[in-house]
Amino acid sequence: MSKSAILSSSIAKKYWMALTGLFLCLFLVGHLIGNLQLIFITGEEGKRAFNEYAHFMTHNPAIKALSYLTYFSIIFHSIDGIMLAIKNKKARPQNYAYNNPGANSSTPSRYMAVLGTLILVFICTHMANFWGKMHFDTIPLHTKTIEIPNEMGGEAQKVELYLTTKGDYVAAQQFEVRNETEFYVKDLDLKMGEGYKDLHGLVMSFFGQNKPGFDKNDLAPFAVILYMLAMATLGFHLWHGFSSAFQSVGVRVSSYKHPIEIAGKVFSVVVPGLFAIIPLIIYLF
Amino acid sequence: MKLTLKIWRQKGPNDKGQMVTYPIDNIDGDMSFLEMMDVLNNQLIESGDDPIAFDHDCREGICGMCSLYINGEAHGPDRGVTTCQLHMRKFSDGETIYIEPWRAKAFPVIKDLVVDRSSFDRIMASGGFVSVNTSGNTVDANAIPVPKADADNAFEAATCIGCGACVASCKNASAMLFVSAKVSQLALLPQGQVEAADRVLNMVKTMDEEGFGNCTNTGACEVECPKGISLENIARMNREYMSAMVK
Ligand code: HEM
Ligand code: SF4
Ligand code: FES
Repeated sequence: MSKSAILSSSIAKKYWMALTGLFLCLFLVGHLIGNLQLIFITGEEGKRAFNEYAHFMTHNPAIKALSYLTYFSIIFHSIDGIMLAIKNKKARPQNYAYNNPGANSSTPSRYMAVLGTLILVFICTHMANFWGKMHFDTIPLHTKTIEIPNEMGGEAQKVELYLTTKGDYVAAQQFEVRNETEFYVKDLDLKMGEGYKDLHGLVMSFFGQNKPGFDKNDLAPFAVILYMLAMATLGFHLWHGFSSAFQSVGVRVSSYKHPIEIAGKVFSVVVPGLFAIIPLIIYLF
Repeated sequence: MKLTLKIWRQKGPNDKGQMVTYPIDNIDGDMSFLEMMDVLNNQLIESGDDPIAFDHDCREGICGMCSLYINGEAHGPDRGVTTCQLHMRKFSDGETIYIEPWRAKAFPVIKDLVVDRSSFDRIMASGGFVSVNTSGNTVDANAIPVPKADADNAFEAATCIGCGACVASCKNASAMLFVSAKVSQLALLPQGQVEAADRVLNMVKTMDEEGFGNCTNTGACEVECPKGISLENIARMNREYMSAMVK
């Protein structure tokens, strides 16, 4: 067997599609659990849980390794998928004058490359909006404002605190922030700790139009709608893709009653569905 | 029955070709689709026109020669039949019927509705065979015990008549159903073991080289196959290919 066949033969290409596709399904589950914290934990606690989680996801070495595998899978799955689609188009240079493909196959199964390309566009914008900012931009740090009541009966004093990676809060005004997240004693080269980037606030003002305590964003309704459409696209991709991947690696999913087929349909509705309601809930409540 | 036929006419492999409309009358519902084509051709010959070229041989659904993409489906709207077994009663009076050749890079049009399916032969020649003893003391095939389930599955795969409807129906013009049926019918039996690994590798290689597309698991082939060849065969071929690759 020539080594190149592992990449070039039509069947081997499909093994790679299936393996990377199923790995991405696992990734989706992990990502979803992280995101659900945005709606299931509220207030300072929720903000803290999400920012600590985001920090963990960007700093833990094991997660780093997994994230590289995810980037690789997305890139490989996309390139392989588009190469397959091009070869498939070439296999029928002249189309039928009259065709009735709905009589023998499901619509999502015939539009996998279109659905996938839309997902790719979504992934790029999504990463620019959140992942890129989290990794490369200076964004506000996780702060909490407390009010110290004036014993004399005057106005309460507002104090801004930074949450540190050690888990305690420090008064913000004592420090200056360098290198995006590090707290230094003002005018001294003395590092006192590190804070969390406030990804939670970024998300809340991305999908929330006028949320108290978050930046106003007039474009939020569009962000919510586009995000939900992207999740619908993902749902259709997986409606066919999930069980298809098993067939590709040789596990026949013979009927609608087959457990893998049922799992695939449930997965393709529940996972993108839960992703999609998160921005909606942020927007509405 | 009165019908309007829109039929692909193409003078030869290099002609551009086009759809041509033919009205036809007095078609009996009990005629087969090919008999209806015969009636049309008689009329064309009588009026001095070139009759429409289409493939056929047995006219009883066993040879795989007849083809035709009818109203957007291989072998027409009926299930589990070839075009020669398709009855005109499946159509309604006054209907417009589109008739086109199989469309695939690997099945070039020779004339009108006739395509060259010799790419299937080349796939077969690259691995669709078993070694037999030719020294005179050949063992009777029935003397070799085969588990009943394997024999049944092999037999079902062997009912593939090589018509190419799977390729014609597939949005990718993929030959996976045909190749997997041929791989399966031999891989399931003890006689097929000698060449098992080479067979699947070589047949898939030839399939790719002939310009067929890849499988997206849409399942169109299984629905349109006149012999009900199951996608189970493609899953089996994917397994066979995997184990052959690591060998
Ligand atoms: C989180 C994102 C994604 C997931 C979970 C995913 C999952 C899957 C799965 C499980 C399959 C079935 C594989 C098989 O049939 O063996 C598949 C097929 C496919 N995917 Fe994706 N995919 C994703 C993103 C993408 C992207 C970004 C593209 C970009 C073009 C893409 C293009 C395709 C194509 C073209 C196919 C069909 C390949 C074929 O059968 O011919 N997918 N995907
Ligand atoms: S698998 Fe079915 S459709 Fe394909 S060539 Fe064989 S009999 Fe025809
Ligand atoms: S003519 Fe032989 S199968 Fe139709």
